[in-house]
Amino acid sequence: MTQQQTAGGDVRLVGISKTYGSFTAVQPLDLTVPQGSFFALLGASGCGKTTTLRMIAGLEEATTGTVYLGGKDITDLPPYKRPVNTVFQSYALFPHLDITENVAFGLRRRGIKSVKKQVDDMLELVQLGDFARRKPHQLSGGQQQRVAVARALINHPQVLLLDEPLGALDLKLRRQMQLELKRIQTEVGITFVHVTHDQEEAMTMADTVAVMNGGRVEQLGAPADLYENPRTTFVANFLGTSNLIAGEIVSTGEDLVVAAGGGKLTLPRERCSAPTTSGGRLLLGIRPEKISLAHADDADDIAAGCNRVTGRITDSSFIGVSTQYVVESPAGTALQVYEQNIERDSRLTPGAEVVLHWNPAHTFGLDAAQDIDAGATSVEDAE
Amino acid sequence: MSLTEAPPAPPAQPEEPRKLTLRKPSTRKRLIPYWLLLPGILWLLVFFALPLVYQASTSVQTGSLEQGFEVTWHFQTYVDALRDYYPQFIRSLLYAGTATILCLLLGYPLAYLIAFKAGRWRNLVLVLVIAPFFTSFLIRTLAWKTILADGGAVVDVLNTLHVLDVTSWLGWTESNRVLATPMAVVCGLTYNFLPFMILPLYTSLERIDGRLHEAAGDLYATPATTFRKVTFPLSMPGVVSGTLLTFIPASGDYVNAELLGSTDTKMVGSVIQSQFLRVLDYPTAAALSFILMAIVLLMVTFYIRRSGTEDLV
Repeated sequence: MTQQQTAGGDVRLVGISKTYGSFTAVQPLDLTVPQGSFFALLGASGCGKTTTLRMIAGLEEATTGTVYLGGKDITDLPPYKRPVNTVFQSYALFPHLDITENVAFGLRRRGIKSVKKQVDDMLELVQLGDFARRKPHQLSGGQQQRVAVARALINHPQVLLLDEPLGALDLKLRRQMQLELKRIQTEVGITFVHVTHDQEEAMTMADTVAVMNGGRVEQLGAPADLYENPRTTFVANFLGTSNLIAGEIVSTGEDLVVAAGGGKLTLPRERCSAPTTSGGRLLLGIRPEKISLAHADDADDIAAGCNRVTGRITDSSFIGVSTQYVVESPAGTALQVYEQNIERDSRLTPGAEVVLHWNPAHTFGLDAAQDIDAGATSVEDAE
Repeated sequence: MSLTEAPPAPPAQPEEPRKLTLRKPSTRKRLIPYWLLLPGILWLLVFFALPLVYQASTSVQTGSLEQGFEVTWHFQTYVDALRDYYPQFIRSLLYAGTATILCLLLGYPLAYLIAFKAGRWRNLVLVLVIAPFFTSFLIRTLAWKTILADGGAVVDVLNTLHVLDVTSWLGWTESNRVLATPMAVVCGLTYNFLPFMILPLYTSLERIDGRLHEAAGDLYATPATTFRKVTFPLSMPGVVSGTLLTFIPASGDYVNAELLGSTDTKMVGSVIQSQFLRVLDYPTAAALSFILMAIVLLMVTFYIRRSGTEDLV
């Protein structure tokens, strides 16, 4: 990538890494965040996402590599000289200052005397105009969070860094703040780099998501692209749920034909990120909502050309908008299927023999030389 | 939540738990906190309030040890005491004030280091701070007599560096000795009360969330500004309690003045002690005590008001 391409307010990390003693928190990493984008670093705790963020902020010294901001090398600048601001995980509001002074802190440090108008405007933007003279401890979590955003945004940083800013909020407030943050970002047009372990949060808010695992970026792309075309088992399992079926390639062509679970499944060749030599091992992936269920008696009605897997329902749970089934089959012991509750087939109860079928175009292929369960443990369990 | 409607509760249900919550806690249970307070209150009554009343009455008595003292509401004792011993009062406040400021200047950096930089050495350094308490107050002060002794290393060094020329010109020391001068007394006070400054400072510094420093740095504050605008204001509760814990006992101290000073450096504590134990003029001694108490109380009230730390704690 040349210098011209990264001009403006781009954040560019080149070979950045961080080690603590013998522990490597972030592997050498190259990353470009284009100006004006809402960029999310997504991963389980301990994957290096916060460390990466702190290296951009200057709060953590990079062991190797360079941090560029708008083409300028800022690697050795102390945090107070970097045109970036951070919204901290616990907000880190100054408890001895009222909301106005908290928000005005950055302006005052840069010698700006008449802060009133700007502070008022900023508090208006985050809808806290009435709280200007309160102390932080008199505010609720969501309000404190908005003060933290206002305090950072008022400085018009080239990049706003958000370190799990919604982690301390309850679910309902979190949803609300996600939309709020997205609105503010669109309004002010500043580059946002957002660190989160919540895949839903990352997908709702960000234009681009970088999925991190073990100090590495596993995959980077638009949320929909990551979801539809995961290139590693970690991404497939961490972003939503995937059914991964191990198989062996029996014929290659426009479509790959894979022998798996005693049957044959096909997938488009361009949806396979692994080498496609005949006889090679492959992991086939299919999202649970893309699969349809038919009772074994109706197997003949399934359109030709569909991928089919036969199995038996072992568990079903009614969620409301959908019903989630767990199906045991030769292809996998616990295949997940989400069926929309449009016309429920009353025969589909645990124990029923069923045929799973789906459009082959929805199948993706992954390299079989990976841990099939990587990223499958939910984040809540990992923490 | 407002969208979900709770199904109407069966009418008989709410009655039961309500009875339970309305039942008064038994009298015995309500009294438990007061019973727990009792020993402390009794202690204060017997060993603080009663002696105070007794002292107050002594201060307005007249008479002598041989003929016995009698309450005559002789308030003139206060006037006389203040007139005769105001230099000692001023000296006490001056010495205690200087020692307090020195303690703050010495103690703050140390408390800061322990709180933020000591890492795993933190507990060890804290033990070292209170280590002097393992020795008696008197012995520690006597040790300073040796440290500052004429012809000792400290005096020699200060002499060679011509520091004593300056301090003697200022009236803090004599031209060739430190012992038995104001500086010796202030040194003793500073040394003896330093832990009382460090510990509260440490406690309040340690409570400051380290992320506030990061946040200040992130918001363009240089390390110096961060200290001025964030760390120091947030450590004010420690500064206030540390200075109080140093100043109040230091202003009433007499051991340092007795052991390290001379007749020219007598503090009001020495006067009270000698009035009580040597001159046996109990009324004057009691009056002096009350005057000192009043002065300290006034100063402390004013100080706490000014430093405005109420809503910090």
